[in-house]
Amino acid sequence: MEFGGERVLDSINLDIEDKAFVTLLGPSGCGKTTTLRIIGGFQKPTSGDVLFDGSSIIDLPAYKRQINTVFQNYALFPHLDVYENIAFGLRISRLSEAEIDRRVTEMLASVSLRGFENRKITSLSGGQQQRVAIARALVNRPKVLLLDEPLGALDLRLRKDMQTELKKIQQEVGITFVYVTHDQEEALAMSDTVVVMDAGRIQQVGTPEDIYNEPVNAFVADFIGESNILDGTMPCDYKVRMFGREFECVDKGFAPNEPVDIVIRPEDIDIVPADQGLLCGTVTQVTFKGVHYDTIVDFRGFKWLIQTTDFCPEGSYIGIRINPEDIQVMHRSEYSGLYGDYSSYSAEYEELVEEETEEE
Amino acid sequence: MRKASKVVTVIVFLFLYVPIIVLMVASFSSGTDLAIFKEFTFSRYAELFKDTNLLLLVRNSAIIAVLSTAVATILGTMAAMGIYSMKGRIRSLVMGLTNIPMTNPDIVTGVSLALMFAFTGTVLRLQTVLGFWTLLIAHITFNLPYVILNVMPRLAQMDPNLTNAALDLGCTPIKSFFKVTLHEIMPGIISGALMSFTMSLDDFVISYFVTGSGFLTLPVEIYNYTKKPIHPKLYALFSLMFIVILILMVTMNVLQARSGSAKRRLRAGKEAA
Repeated sequence: MEFGGERVLDSINLDIEDKAFVTLLGPSGCGKTTTLRIIGGFQKPTSGDVLFDGSSIIDLPAYKRQINTVFQNYALFPHLDVYENIAFGLRISRLSEAEIDRRVTEMLASVSLRGFENRKITSLSGGQQQRVAIARALVNRPKVLLLDEPLGALDLRLRKDMQTELKKIQQEVGITFVYVTHDQEEALAMSDTVVVMDAGRIQQVGTPEDIYNEPVNAFVADFIGESNILDGTMPCDYKVRMFGREFECVDKGFAPNEPVDIVIRPEDIDIVPADQGLLCGTVTQVTFKGVHYDTIVDFRGFKWLIQTTDFCPEGSYIGIRINPEDIQVMHRSEYSGLYGDYSSYSAEYEELVEEETEEE
Repeated sequence: MRKASKVVTVIVFLFLYVPIIVLMVASFSSGTDLAIFKEFTFSRYAELFKDTNLLLLVRNSAIIAVLSTAVATILGTMAAMGIYSMKGRIRSLVMGLTNIPMTNPDIVTGVSLALMFAFTGTVLRLQTVLGFWTLLIAHITFNLPYVILNVMPRLAQMDPNLTNAALDLGCTPIKSFFKVTLHEIMPGIISGALMSFTMSLDDFVISYFVTGSGFLTLPVEIYNYTKKPIHPKLYALFSLMFIVILILMVTMNVLQARSGSAKRRLRAGKEAA
């Protein structure tokens, strides 16, 4: 897929299982919305094909596809009331008035908007508009529902509630959801399969657990949750070398002495007295986060983030222990060296300051 | 300073409205001398509605205004859709080109249209081309930019996903225009049409050049009257015209204000969420 000669999607190859909740996750401009628009039929890729139940739908216009979309900012029709918005697709397919009424009423009930039939769209709150948008799409009984950052405009509380509700609706109707978001927490909480994208390419496809525990490169490790990403080598299977020391790990299949990226999640690191530590460093910053302390520890100039419930004051000299299964070893990639150092740590996590608006 | 500006404002409004008030008052006076208000009468209005010649002119003006507005509104809306679907540089170039005729002096537009009609007439070997049809074409021509200018911002404000949503729900592109886009841009279409109607109703300069003696509009004929003293029944006519246009303008503003506040409510709703 190219725009004005600029490649925005490059060799996207993705199989989406029937009835799955699939999330396209990535930062702004990674091409996830474009991918969704190609599936929906609003954009034609410069090359490639879209298969639906085994047959190509690339030449099928949007209005003939058995796919419905919940748009970013909902795109509800302001000149119609709630009932007519939901009935819109049914009226287009010329169903009988009785059938339309039955299905709209049923849909209103399942999105908990009974009694809102005659309300104007402009008088609804964001969460209610959101539910109308979902009802308007689902009432047509599509085979696939596309959702483009549907919770982006809601506040945190409402977003959490809607996540649960969306997941519930998906399980009830039993159809495929393809969900686009830049919120990694949302992706992990809702999906069966997460597709992490960056720079127009798929970086990793897997279950939320796979993606979190076994990231394939530094980008995925950094984008999903917080990670310390370190340079190292693999002298042999089950052994990894960093900071001049060898650690035990559970990874294998690398070439002898292959340079690798090592991911250690901040919550997997245990703080111990300096004399028992595998590595020792100085605490340079402590931030109280409620559940834990964000502790920045300097190990020979490289700063690690450790999330711990034990308070270690700034300036204290501490040791750390890491269990073999908490060390994730990755092949080097173009992202190596870009992420994972907490030297410029600020109390805000990166994801929270990530741009809220999505590219067109 | 504040006092001075208040005084100036009052003076400006006096300049703007005193002539019309004088005209309206005169239309109710039974005397012919403007300086003296003799006694209140509706007889000017009665005379006006008995003058079949004058009423014919009013009818002509109305026919031209209604027809040219209808055609210009449809063509202009289609043109706006076309221009909107263009990309960046070309779009602003085309918008510039559609705006130029509006700033063009009427006399230039009038003479050039007259020349074009004369040329066409010679080519087609017609005796007289100037008349109803040339007048209608001319009015459509100068009304088009006003429609486009009013519809374009509406299209630009519209969430492009609304059209996508209609397509997504099974509308063909044409159906999605009538079911969704048209509703969204309707205020722009209406204000474009109202503006066209008033422009067309009071146009003298262009009409003067492009119509023949067979089909005269009110402003063209009244221009001929000014060479002799104006009959007071015209005061009545002008007062009525002023009121009609005023009503149209007020409707237009109310419509715009209303759709504006609806949009604001929608946005406010989203922010509150």
